[in-house]
Amino acid sequence: MYSETVMDHFSNPRNAGDIADADGIGEVGNPVCGDMMTFYIKVKDDRLIDVKFKTFGCVAAIAVSSMVSEMAKGKTIEEAKAITKKAVAEALKGLPKEKMHCSNLGAKALGEAIKDYEEKKTWKTKICNE
Amino acid sequence: MKRVYMDHAAATPVRKQVIEAMLPYFDEDFGNPSAVYDIGSKIREVIEEQRGSVARLIGAESDEIIFTSSGAEANNLAIKGVALAWQKKGKHIIVSAIEHHSVINSARFLERMDFEVTFLPVDKHGLVDPERLSSAITPETILVSIMHANNEIGTIEPISELSAICRERGVIFHTDAVATVGNIPVDVNELDVDLLSISGASLGAPKGIGALYFRDNLRLMPLIHGGIQERGRRGGTENVPGIVGLGKASELAEKELPDKVSRVQELRDLLIAGVHERIEQIRYTGHPEKRLPGHASFCIAAIEGEALLFMLNQEGIYANTGSACASKALKISPVLVAIGIPPDLAQGSIVFTMSSSNNLEEIEYVLEKLPLAVDKLRSLSPVWRRKRAS
Repeated sequence: MYSETVMDHFSNPRNAGDIADADGIGEVGNPVCGDMMTFYIKVKDDRLIDVKFKTFGCVAAIAVSSMVSEMAKGKTIEEAKAITKKAVAEALKGLPKEKMHCSNLGAKALGEAIKDYEEKKTWKTKICNE
Repeated sequence: MKRVYMDHAAATPVRKQVIEAMLPYFDEDFGNPSAVYDIGSKIREVIEEQRGSVARLIGAESDEIIFTSSGAEANNLAIKGVALAWQKKGKHIIVSAIEHHSVINSARFLERMDFEVTFLPVDKHGLVDPERLSSAITPETILVSIMHANNEIGTIEPISELSAICRERGVIFHTDAVATVGNIPVDVNELDVDLLSISGASLGAPKGIGALYFRDNLRLMPLIHGGIQERGRRGGTENVPGIVGLGKASELAEKELPDKVSRVQELRDLLIAGVHERIEQIRYTGHPEKRLPGHASFCIAAIEGEALLFMLNQEGIYANTGSACASKALKISPVLVAIGIPPDLAQGSIVFTMSSSNNLEEIEYVLEKLPLAVDKLRSLSPVWRRKRAS
């Protein structure tokens, strides 16, 4: 059912946990639907120096989160924004068809965390300028 | 790796004695039972002997048993076969909301054929209320189908009470006994049912064989039209090895049942007590007492069942779940919905079904590994942190 890469990321999730002083937090899904992901990012010089996640969900959801965190860590904001669902699924050597939409939310959650970071940054800049 | 199999509701291993009994009917005694020469008529006699063994297990007469391909076919034949044969009398049928897909979807099929179907709700333990059944019956009602026990939550329904109501009102009563036959004593006269479904796969017989009990020549429309096999009620050359397998498994089940019930019940109680001791925030599903002896089912907060099954799988433990993510349709088990489990909690469903092949050491192994798997998934879960904080 699942590729070896999926099972590896599920059994040994990379970057699981949270970041207490995160620069951005993104959350998608909800437990009622079956999957919920929260991404935490730490940014320095426009680069994601740390990425962590917490996920409620199936094997695919956990593996997707782990893979996204690995793909994003060390990337610039622009590079991280370019991570797509498709790229995540490919890096995992495929996901079952029925899991493509509901469980492949990692890139979206990361995108939300980046958005959160950017909004906070704009807000901070505004305050300083005033 | 160690293998602890606790999903006996999904499939049971075929017993060695059962396989041995079946073997000659693949090659040596391969004849078509409908043939008139001796190698055919000999097989006919074998089939009738097996019919007797299946009948004895449930207190029936041998001419009240129809062999089918599965429990699902037995359910289809009972529901559609009765509805089609009795539709001149009325076009209303009643089934419970927690029936197996083969009953629910047969009823839905009849809805499309202009029958009216009532899906009876159940209480928080999964029990059908006799009074509720009584008030659902109308002069148009021809059939009621309520399962003997539910294999997702283990609850055993008060069948004799429900069938008495139907008997009094002249309504045919069917029960899907796939989860009970071979697991608890089942007697068609005590239950006073008109039809009862059996599956080989949950009885130590192979997959691909089942049976339907039908009382006293009850009128049934065949679903498989063909020759006069099963006295015209089901066409198609008989699955002779399968029938022999079901016969042998029934014979063994009858002998071993009393010992099995007390043995698996003890294991189940140890598992339930151990799980409650070791894991916080869980809900036990199904009825606490009126339940299958080898059945333990829970919903574990803040985690998802499919992930838990895979984690247990890596430790060699095999169980089941009603989680949406584990179903191809990506829907939460309708049974958990029917007993009012909130959808987020239902995601954490896990079901263990035991048999006499399980032992104490295996229970201890599960009690060691399950809490570790739950802890690991909870450590990953954003919902768990919130639950603890609140």
